[in-house]
Amino acid sequence: MNGLLIKNGRVLDPANKIDAQLDLLVVDGRVAAIGKNLSAAGAQIIDAEGLLVTPGLVDMHVHLRDPGLEYKEDIISGTAAAAAGGVTSIACMPNTRPVIDNLAVCRYIINKAKEQGTANVFPIGSITQGLKGEMLAEMGELKDGGCVAFSDDGVPVVSSELMRRAMEYADTFGAPIISHAEDLSLVGGGVMNDGPVATELGLKGIPWVAEDAMSARDIMLAEFTGAHLHLAHVSTRGSVELVRLAKARGLRVTCEATPHHFTLTDEAVRGYNTNAKMNPPLRAQGDVDAIRAGLADGTIDAIATDHAPHHIDEKNVEFAVALNGIVGLETLLPLTLRLVEQGIIELSQAIALLSCQPAAILGIDRGTLTQGAVADIALIDPYFSWQVEPTKLRSKSKNTPFGGWKMKGAAVKTILAGKLVFER
Amino acid sequence: MNFAHRHVLGIKQFNAEELNFILDTAKSFKEINTRKIKKVPTLRGRTIVNLFFEASTRTRTSFEIAGKRLSADTVNISASSSSVVKGETLEDTARNIEAMHPDIIVMRHSASGACHYLAERLDCSVINAGDGTHEHPSQALLDAVTMIQHKGQLAGLNVAIIGDITHSRVVRSNIDLLHKLGASVRIAGPKTMLPPGLERLGCKVFSRVAEALEGADVVMMLRIQLERQGKTLIPSLREYSRYFGLNEKNLALAKPDAIIMHPGPMNRGVEISSAVADGAQNVILDQVENGVAVRMALLYLAAGGEKQNHDADEGDIHERLAD
Repeated sequence: MNGLLIKNGRVLDPANKIDAQLDLLVVDGRVAAIGKNLSAAGAQIIDAEGLLVTPGLVDMHVHLRDPGLEYKEDIISGTAAAAAGGVTSIACMPNTRPVIDNLAVCRYIINKAKEQGTANVFPIGSITQGLKGEMLAEMGELKDGGCVAFSDDGVPVVSSELMRRAMEYADTFGAPIISHAEDLSLVGGGVMNDGPVATELGLKGIPWVAEDAMSARDIMLAEFTGAHLHLAHVSTRGSVELVRLAKARGLRVTCEATPHHFTLTDEAVRGYNTNAKMNPPLRAQGDVDAIRAGLADGTIDAIATDHAPHHIDEKNVEFAVALNGIVGLETLLPLTLRLVEQGIIELSQAIALLSCQPAAILGIDRGTLTQGAVADIALIDPYFSWQVEPTKLRSKSKNTPFGGWKMKGAAVKTILAGKLVFER
Repeated sequence: MNFAHRHVLGIKQFNAEELNFILDTAKSFKEINTRKIKKVPTLRGRTIVNLFFEASTRTRTSFEIAGKRLSADTVNISASSSSVVKGETLEDTARNIEAMHPDIIVMRHSASGACHYLAERLDCSVINAGDGTHEHPSQALLDAVTMIQHKGQLAGLNVAIIGDITHSRVVRSNIDLLHKLGASVRIAGPKTMLPPGLERLGCKVFSRVAEALEGADVVMMLRIQLERQGKTLIPSLREYSRYFGLNEKNLALAKPDAIIMHPGPMNRGVEISSAVADGAQNVILDQVENGVAVRMALLYLAAGGEKQNHDADEGDIHERLAD
């Protein structure tokens, strides 16, 4: 028997409302049993005393940069970073070169991840061919080929008519549309949040209404089409409020927030810190508070990183020309656990936001420890103290604003389909 | 006092005492510019590179003359003749210049924070001659020298600054300096040109020019640059001039002895009428004149303010700086 017995851990499986000191048995890469005092002859035993035993985490918003931009990240380094962060499933955005708008690229990613990766990779296909905002991508074939959702992440779909058709068409195949909600005319070349800090630094601001206006449009279109709309990386108080309202009205609208948007404000940009430059930008304290409230009351369905690796040469430049984005896979878990420590959300809520809830949005059979499910498991030490040293990140890129931060909590073992893929 | 700054990146880095020290130093240099032989050996043997990534006539010439009058060797590099067009990074361009051992790089750049960026990476002194829409410290200092020249002191003055605040580095430096030295700042302009957070910086903000002008001691008009501001901020220069321009009529709202300033270059008939620009209250060319003295002071202080090779002509300056 090919077995693995995880003993004495605190098994936390929000999808099945399990939170107890239990043993978990894995046989042939699947969850065979959860119970007290399990035993299995010949199984390898892991003592998880003092550890959380959770579903492997699901990060539904990752830029793997492979194919085409492998100098920033590739599927091997990106999934290594995921495994080190306790993440076993990632959904990767289509702004690769070439774009994930055809079956060949979709298959390349899935196959490379299976053969050489240490996490499941679920491609997100582009809404429009080449991310150009003109013609719909072949969503039917892409969905059949393994794409789990569609997004032009990084750029908004400017045409309202095209966005309407994208929602209708994607819904035909049961896939959600993930919107990067941004009114580009309101962004107008801004490089950080519009507000007093931008005024002081003399940097052009991106006003919150640029996000709110587009979120509102897309929610209206979701109501009109009846399709499933997922708003990526909500960063404003207004977006959270719009989603809350949409849910109250029974619309199929979900959303995610990133750790940086619930942890940092635009004050982090001072000193022209290009590792605090991302899109959407770090916002004001009121926005951070609103995102935290949205996580607490269930308005926000998932925590996702928007892991966006960039080479140092692309960040070590004048602020205005630095590329947007930061890496996040390896800081996802401790930054989320901070919310638990601060009393914003419960531990089981945190794990749900990082596992079964994003899995449900994407319609993937991951993020749970249900009997028979694929045994993707994270063993988490919630008290593990460590300091973020950018040079030691597994990701090829080191662009994090959290360098030097003292973190609490880390995955100490990450198991993918019953196999150990990371150990601290 | 001991001037402990290697770089001059913005007004923000200085406290009131340091600002007064710079202003006093500038005042003492001013006399040199009126001599028949306008040159002292203070910075003899020093090399100053004026690295300008944006077009500038006034500021670059002013820094160049300031350097030459201090006997420094000055080299001007403008973006069109530099490696920028070849795709070289700012850091590489600067490092190449630094390898030739200049003592000071005076830089103007279109990106806010560019001088800050350079100062973090180079060993030589960096003086900010305007970075994006962030700061223009030498302009604020020359404005202060001019105000003091005409009003005696800054404390208690009501300074009205009118125009495109969002895109002005001059304003950001001026607001900071004026507040640190006890003046009040009123801001006016169309709401499309007023950035958020001005109140937090201590300014009184008006959308009507008349309200800002009422009882002002100093009126500072800002240049309207259609090429920078794009087309959506104001409908036309004609309407701007009518509602936000300074003319003889609305100037009457300011104190009778109010002085009129402009960082230049002026758009006559747009933000300022010719009658006012050339009128008795204008001190616009005093600003330019004081600019040379201020830049001499900044170069001198950034170079370390050391006594060296000085002859009798500049002995008084060094004596004064020594205490």
